[in-house]
Amino acid sequence: MARMKFLCDADRCIECNACVTACKNEHEVPWGINRRRVVTINDGQPGERSVSMACMHCTDAPCAAVCPVNCFFTTADGVVLHSKDLCIGCGYCFYACPFGAPQYPRVGNFGSRGKMDKCTFCAGGPDPANTQANFVQYGTNRLAEGKLPLCAEMCSTKSLLAGDGDIIAKIYKERVAKRGYGSGAWGWKTAYRETIAG
Amino acid sequence: MTLHTHIRTILGTFAILLAVIVATPAAAQQPTTVNPTASSVNEEKLLRELNQISGRCTLPNQTACLIEQPAGRDWREFHQVTLRWIAAISIVGVLALLVIFYLSRGMVKIESGRSGRTVTRFNGYERFVHWMTATCFIILALSGLNITFGKALLLPIMSPEAFTAISQWGKYFHNYLSFPFTIGTVMIFLMWIGGNIPNKTDVEWVKRGGGIVGKDHPPAYRFNGGQKMIYWIVVLGGAAVAVSGYILMFPFYGTTVSGVQLAQIVHGIVAALFIAAMLGHIYIGTIGMEGAFEAMGSGEVDVNWAKEHHKLWLEEEMGKGSSRAKAQPAE
Repeated sequence: MARMKFLCDADRCIECNACVTACKNEHEVPWGINRRRVVTINDGQPGERSVSMACMHCTDAPCAAVCPVNCFFTTADGVVLHSKDLCIGCGYCFYACPFGAPQYPRVGNFGSRGKMDKCTFCAGGPDPANTQANFVQYGTNRLAEGKLPLCAEMCSTKSLLAGDGDIIAKIYKERVAKRGYGSGAWGWKTAYRETIAG
Repeated sequence: MTLHTHIRTILGTFAILLAVIVATPAAAQQPTTVNPTASSVNEEKLLRELNQISGRCTLPNQTACLIEQPAGRDWREFHQVTLRWIAAISIVGVLALLVIFYLSRGMVKIESGRSGRTVTRFNGYERFVHWMTATCFIILALSGLNITFGKALLLPIMSPEAFTAISQWGKYFHNYLSFPFTIGTVMIFLMWIGGNIPNKTDVEWVKRGGGIVGKDHPPAYRFNGGQKMIYWIVVLGGAAVAVSGYILMFPFYGTTVSGVQLAQIVHGIVAALFIAAMLGHIYIGTIGMEGAFEAMGSGEVDVNWAKEHHKLWLEEEMGKGSSRAKAQPAE
């Protein structure tokens, strides 16, 4: 089975935000929720880099560990998903997440947290069927249709790679070897406890 | 050629030489291939410096500009391991001590028996505030413990849907009851602060074991050393859980993820110790001591009970001319 991962090649990201837009449109993510975002570090200074970040679908995911109601599960593809039917909107996954992936609609008490929403690696929710009810909760299930996450598919510079960890790591390594430089796979050490030599 | 032009020629030669010398290393440093990452921001370096990475993002939610915070791992360790040990040891530990104490000492009786005459210890207002805060506290404690221990203790014995329903309602109760609890804590602080400033009677009380160790009955005013301790645990502990709790409850206002992590750590530890302390309080107010519950039950305590446990307070009350049974409320 594949082990799905994201890899953002920061040397290629041009901060066009197409990945963000693609994600919002594909899953009809509500206003105020961003499953993916692009952040520019050292903006306007020499050596600035932009990184597209979403849920990294961690190995031994911290969100799943701290969830008080155990609503998280990891699919056979290594995608970390959660059940919105079980989520109580406590916010703990956000405290533990190294990448700030969990988002909460402000529909709870006192305008605080509703049920958590995050990137699904375009793999829908606990129920793999592409029904309307599942779409409203989790968005489309592209993986079930044999398609990869739309954010990476849409990436104009192919900075954002999504797919089997070994394959995208190989693509990145070849890239680095050919062009002679690379700033490494952002977040990989934190998410997967491994790095790709830049 | 004049001397002047000679000097100009020599200086000019030097100037050219100097320019060549300075320029040479710069030209030698020009790499054959460009490596843009050599000068770019570096993930590992950023993490080493701040242990988090943030930048500029175009979202209204500016907290989303933080893209990496490995500190979440430490918080996970705290929540999954450290807090559970602290809570389990303090709560189960106090419960075990109370069981041992009850088995060895039993209920502390009114030594001289009941006199049949009573004196008012807490008036209706005081009892209302106490029970409002106490009811909130018990529900807050149970719903809070469910967040920390529920998935280990309750989830295995029920369906995930049922456990979510319980936890969801627990969260609602936890959020809403925080308000009467906070108000109750403030009212407790204000109405009993007068009798709860530590003084030298308390030193004596502690030295003589508070009457808990042994059969002594050290004199005390309205509140003895132990009760003052409970008072300050409620006031300070209540303030700590309230402040940290409201930070967690309103996560979109002015806190960063590091802020909420710290708030949760404070909330968890203080709440666990608070629960442990309150178990002791509940014990002594119920099965631990004969005649104690009435103080918060009917508000009327037996005069002999007061004589043994709050001698100085009883004398004060007598002095006020309230020696007759059910004369008037104690302040």
